[in-house]
Amino acid sequence: MKFYLPPQIPRLAIAFGIFISLFLVLRHFLVPDTFGEYGHYRAASMIDNAKPELHYAGQDACFKCHQDIQDKKSQDVHVDIHCESCHGPGEKHVISSKVGDIFRPSGSREVCGKCHALYVGKVKSTIAQVDLAKHNIGKNCIECHNPHQPWEMKK
Amino acid sequence: MEPHYQHLYDILAHSQGYIFPNEIDLQWGILIVVYPFITGLVAGAFILASLERVFKVRILKPTYQIALLTALSFLLVATMPLISHLSQPQRAYEIMITPHSSSAMAIFGFVYLWYLMVVLLLEIWFDYRHSMVVWANEKTGVMKWVYKILTLGVNDITPRALNWDRKLGYIITVIGIPSAFILHGYVGFIFGSIKANPWWSTPLMPIIFLFSAMVSGIALVLLVYMIISYFRKKAIEVNVLDAIGKYLFFVLILDFTLEGLDQIQRIYEAEESFEIIKLLVSSKLYLTLFVSQGLIGTIIPLTALAFLQFYKYQIKVRKTMYFITGILVLIGVYSMRWNVVIGGQLFSKSFAGFTSFKVGLIGLDGTLMAAFWLVLPIGILAFLLWLLPPWKMVKEED
Amino acid sequence: MSQSTSTMGNEKVKTSRRKFLKNASVLAAATVGYSWLKSSQFLLHAAEPEDKSLPWYGVVIDIQKCIGCGNCASACKKENDVPVEPFFFRTWVEQYTVKNDGSVNIISPNGGIDGFKQTVPDEDIFKSFFVPKMCNHCAKSPCTQVCPVGATYISPEGVVLIDEKYCIGCRYCVQACPYGCRFIHPVKKVANKCTLCYHRLKKGLAPACMEVCPTGARMYGNLRDKDSAIVEYLKEHTTQVLRPNLNTGSKLYYNALSSEVR
Repeated sequence: MKFYLPPQIPRLAIAFGIFISLFLVLRHFLVPDTFGEYGHYRAASMIDNAKPELHYAGQDACFKCHQDIQDKKSQDVHVDIHCESCHGPGEKHVISSKVGDIFRPSGSREVCGKCHALYVGKVKSTIAQVDLAKHNIGKNCIECHNPHQPWEMKK
Repeated sequence: MEPHYQHLYDILAHSQGYIFPNEIDLQWGILIVVYPFITGLVAGAFILASLERVFKVRILKPTYQIALLTALSFLLVATMPLISHLSQPQRAYEIMITPHSSSAMAIFGFVYLWYLMVVLLLEIWFDYRHSMVVWANEKTGVMKWVYKILTLGVNDITPRALNWDRKLGYIITVIGIPSAFILHGYVGFIFGSIKANPWWSTPLMPIIFLFSAMVSGIALVLLVYMIISYFRKKAIEVNVLDAIGKYLFFVLILDFTLEGLDQIQRIYEAEESFEIIKLLVSSKLYLTLFVSQGLIGTIIPLTALAFLQFYKYQIKVRKTMYFITGILVLIGVYSMRWNVVIGGQLFSKSFAGFTSFKVGLIGLDGTLMAAFWLVLPIGILAFLLWLLPPWKMVKEED
Repeated sequence: MSQSTSTMGNEKVKTSRRKFLKNASVLAAATVGYSWLKSSQFLLHAAEPEDKSLPWYGVVIDIQKCIGCGNCASACKKENDVPVEPFFFRTWVEQYTVKNDGSVNIISPNGGIDGFKQTVPDEDIFKSFFVPKMCNHCAKSPCTQVCPVGATYISPEGVVLIDEKYCIGCRYCVQACPYGCRFIHPVKKVANKCTLCYHRLKKGLAPACMEVCPTGARMYGNLRDKDSAIVEYLKEHTTQVLRPNLNTGSKLYYNALSSEVR
């Protein structure tokens, strides 16, 4: 029997061929540049992720100017608390050196109480806890305590 | 408070227990309910068509082309709910050009294309080629060219070529059955493979999705057949309904059993997520699971179909019963999709609380959008039936 | 006659079965052997970094040190421009209160940013503690596994990052994270999550949450460097990851993690 190629087959093969080639051409142009360099992702995206600007400058940046505070802090229990824990993001202030660009906490009972209020669940051994209902009512913490050196009491 | 966050504050006020703060907003809404529903209709309709072709169930012949065209019209829309729910829909093409091989969602794109291009379009093409060649010769003007293009220029209608249409079509159908199984099993896998979610993460998920797909597809073809006959003012052949009804009955039993087994397994194992899931089904999902999916979508249709198997009611009664059963089954399967997709997101992954969900009417993720994607395939089907009317096909002697 | 054919048939079945069993056992042995070879480094890094010159970051959180001040959650939002509404958090703090009757009360109002009040009366409390949560930077992360386009990935340093220019917003990763650490950014309309302050790491700075933590409850470091503080810590403490049953290869190790925590 003579070999018979049904006419449908070559025509469909051409149609599918066109479709697949079109797809491959499109794919060639659409895949982003650095895709697949390290894994199944755009390697340049790591550069994007490293781009955002800082808000928190880090303690070392503060100490470049505020050596005195560093000295004070180093002598007391707040030594390990970084400046921006209480002062908030400082990068703007680091760049401008303007007083208005850094937050100055009030030293009120609420502000200090966030960490120091007596409270079940906070570990007593590592942090001083104060019963705000009994401890020197009516006074702000900052009136007696220096936040940079809390046990150096003000007179 | 910015106004466009207001709905999130409302949900927050309605949440119960503890949920992770990022879980307030439901990520997948009604569109993702519609998506597996539509895909299921495709797979189910195709499997019914294949029954006729591969297993030579002659009685189903009047529904063969209807089932294929129904499958095609729904398949063309199947990805639309997915794409319209993306928050960056203009980037959807990335799924095709850089598919992540470990992602169920990415591979779905290829399963979908395979099913559309290699299975459905080819099968319909082989089936209609003879008729399209004849129609191209009969018609004039634009339609002549439309049919000419559709034949891809293969005008050979010698018996030998037509015989090959049949042979190749048969091969495609045989490939098509596992493809349809994979297509919808895969949709189940998209959910079943999420190990973070105990309501989804079960190996039975693909199988349950597959069987409920068959249930819904068969019911849809039953309805479409009845409606088309009504519009064409042709008598509905009750034998055809009986045959479809019998398949629907058996598949529904299987589906019900599988889902039951899944739940029994879940209840007996009672893993760490059991308490929260128990609360989920007895409160938030009570209506949609027990009433809508269980009673309306499964128990009542099963009872009706069982009676139809054993009693020969009057033809008019049978037709009405089949019609109502078809609708109830579709409601049931839609509820099943709802229970899986929405239910799986209502409880927190902390297993300690619930968020709440309210479907909006408008917007990209609203009811109207979902309804649009459900109605559009019916429009496409009407168009396809006009373009490729099964009842005007060239009769082939066999 | 028929009997002889059937015996022959049986013979054939037997040989083919033997062959199959042999092949199968060879295959199984090879698989087991391979996985045994591969399993030797499961302890600290669930996956070995490819570039050995780069660090492989992990995080330690000491629940005993956390006092629930919420500084971390607040600083994170400021550093990473996360919307202030209480629905979007890269890190947050949960307060667990186990009552005497055994029930557990969990709260995290505004992610802990405004601090906590104890709502359970003292006499009903069995124990209470705070659990800071953040991305676990899993080495076998389920979120990067499901991303259909490769818009989220584990960087060579072991940090799970997002490509905001490539994310299609399908939310599959949000579903896949068992820890609830991902959300869709309401303005950018793409997935968002903790990057371990990748931009800070690259400048040699600590992540913002760790910069501001007053008690040093959080620590990050290079798991590859056997002399690093974090490895030293892991050696000396009994730490646990969240949801170990899910095998996510979490690199967020909790010290003093109570069994109630999810």
